Amino acid sequence: MMSDQAAVPARTPMLHLAPSESWVSLRLGQLWEYRELLYFLTWRDIKVRYKQTALGAAWAIIQPLLTMLVFSLFFGRLAKMPSDNVPYPIFTFAALAPWTFFANGLLQSSNSLVLNTNLVTKVYFPRLAIPIATTLAGVVDFCLAFVVLLGMMAFYGVHPGARVIWLPAFLLLALVSALGVGLWLSALNVKYRDIRYVVPFLVQFWMFATPIAYPSSLLQEPWRTVYSLNPMVGVVEGFRWALLRTGTAPGPMVLVSSLAAAVILVGGAFYFRRMERTFADTV
Amino acid sequence: MPSTAIRVHQLGKQFQLGARKERYRTVRDALTEGASRIWQSSRGLLRGTRRRGRAGETFWALRDVSFDVQGGEVIGLIGRNGAGKSTLLKVLSQITEPTAGYADLYGRVGALLEVGTGFHPELSGRENVFLNGAILGMKRAEIRRHFDAIVAFAEIEQFIDTPAKRYSTGMYMRLAFAVAAHLQPDILLVDEVLAVGDAAFQKKCIGKMGEVAKQGRTIVFVSHNMAAVRTLCTRGIVLDRGEVSYQGDIERAIYQYFESLATPSAASSDGPVSFTEVRIGGRPTGSIQSGDPFTASCRFSLAAALPSFRILCAIQSVNGDALAVAPLHHHEFRHLNEEGIHELHASFPPLWLRPGVYSLHFRLQANDLNSGKSTYISDSIMLDVSGDVAPEMLYGALTPRVEWAAPRNSSSRAVNSEAPHAGAAAPR
Repeated sequence: MMSDQAAVPARTPMLHLAPSESWVSLRLGQLWEYRELLYFLTWRDIKVRYKQTALGAAWAIIQPLLTMLVFSLFFGRLAKMPSDNVPYPIFTFAALAPWTFFANGLLQSSNSLVLNTNLVTKVYFPRLAIPIATTLAGVVDFCLAFVVLLGMMAFYGVHPGARVIWLPAFLLLALVSALGVGLWLSALNVKYRDIRYVVPFLVQFWMFATPIAYPSSLLQEPWRTVYSLNPMVGVVEGFRWALLRTGTAPGPMVLVSSLAAAVILVGGAFYFRRMERTFADTV
Repeated sequence: MPSTAIRVHQLGKQFQLGARKERYRTVRDALTEGASRIWQSSRGLLRGTRRRGRAGETFWALRDVSFDVQGGEVIGLIGRNGAGKSTLLKVLSQITEPTAGYADLYGRVGALLEVGTGFHPELSGRENVFLNGAILGMKRAEIRRHFDAIVAFAEIEQFIDTPAKRYSTGMYMRLAFAVAAHLQPDILLVDEVLAVGDAAFQKKCIGKMGEVAKQGRTIVFVSHNMAAVRTLCTRGIVLDRGEVSYQGDIERAIYQYFESLATPSAASSDGPVSFTEVRIGGRPTGSIQSGDPFTASCRFSLAAALPSFRILCAIQSVNGDALAVAPLHHHEFRHLNEEGIHELHASFPPLWLRPGVYSLHFRLQANDLNSGKSTYISDSIMLDVSGDVAPEMLYGALTPRVEWAAPRNSSSRAVNSEAPHAGAAAPR
């Protein structure tokens, strides 16, 4: 920035502040310029997350682990839910690991702008950095849960095979989905605090609309693809396919899910940028 | 050589009153308020006009604000509360968007609207320096380079790895300001940061700001502390109800600001009572020497006899703090409650006010015993206090010439201090 200024002495302003048009660009270049801030905000969220908790980072594991126990007991044992020929506990935990990442990302990013009111009203930086940092910080929790998942796979003797190289792509899909929805919700939350009460319900409903306790193979084909408009369907089935070698080839499902996630993310980013100019006045 | 650093052209910022008052809205409010609004705004979108909100629900925090700042200038932005100073800084620092007009900034902008933005109590001092620096727009390498200087400036070397929540307020503020002080933008926007912290801290801040100004950076400085504004700024912009009422020489700007302080109260001639004149030393504008006695006088007229009233004469600082209040009860001068024009003289002893501008008010409060209503009128005049004092003395509200003595054993010898610096030169 400094060098720009030196090169162009005075006449072109570095900043032109005026009322913006109805639609604004995403200014991703500027976000890139602020990547160090993004890094620091992520790092802060990670460091602070479990400060002054007795169990600390164990919380990242407890949540999916307990859910798995409950699901295994009720759906696996009592309801005899089919699980694509994989032991039920690992069948559901392979879904719970990315799901917990998604759900927490959603909960936290939707609240992120409001929690950072002091930043939003006192200093300028691309506001996108706040929900992005919050979502990224969740990756650490995911990694912890993933270690548990690996342990369970060893215990049940499940070997993933070469498909496992696709796993990062599915994690990325989960990240994109969480961020996309998070952008919508965080921007809405600035203006309508109702969102705070809506999100827990949303997460609950969304969980049942995602094949976590049950396999998506329960659905017949035309519906399965429609069903995967929920991006988490692609994520969960992808995880199972890559790690547990379930028979369901997730190709079209993942494609539909990816498209849906991309649409949510791009739409969310534009909506966020559009709302951004009034954040400081309304938050 | 000097080139424009900031150009502000017919800048306006409008707020929705409702949105400002309520902390937040709920969907239900929005729904009831509005299908018609949605319709209107979508029509507006199609026509390419932006919805301005319904009339009467909005107000302009800034209106038609235009000014230029040259590179290297230190501008004092002054005005009473709610005049739009902070809003202007927020627009210039990109926190909020203008509704009309534009502002061009030529150079890297750093804004310091609050000391310690983004400090996290759970993180250590060291971690907070990096986090806060990044938030203020510094690069990691830049922070690392200045790290030792920041810690030294804040004087918290030994606590740098302690969580910030264990810090005293003073330590916290010092560290936060230290980070901000090492920000090196071309244009620095500062809002009232000197209002916090103790005198020593304020002194340090002013010193640092002066240093920054000497490096040729452009500074826009918002403050109610006229002493600081006077020391630092070369030019002033006075905002009054969102509009620029004066720009130019800093002394005149301060004067203008004080005059604006008097305007709303001067209009108060309420029914039977009114002030017709307020003077200091017999002149309509008061300028005195800090250590001199002076006389403030007023005339007021009563259209009818008042059974009971009180008058007081008060001196206020620019911040609005009452520094001296002198009450008078009418029974001290029985004839004052008769119909007609009365004159009052209030003779003040030497007050040793810190050089600067003050306002002097006469207030009259009349109680109607029958109706229980009370009438309240006041009139103000600016009191310009000048004096020759050592810089250190400016940190006190009063600048009395103090005589020091240093008794040795039983035999004491008084030390006379004629020179103004004598008092301040003593060790603290």
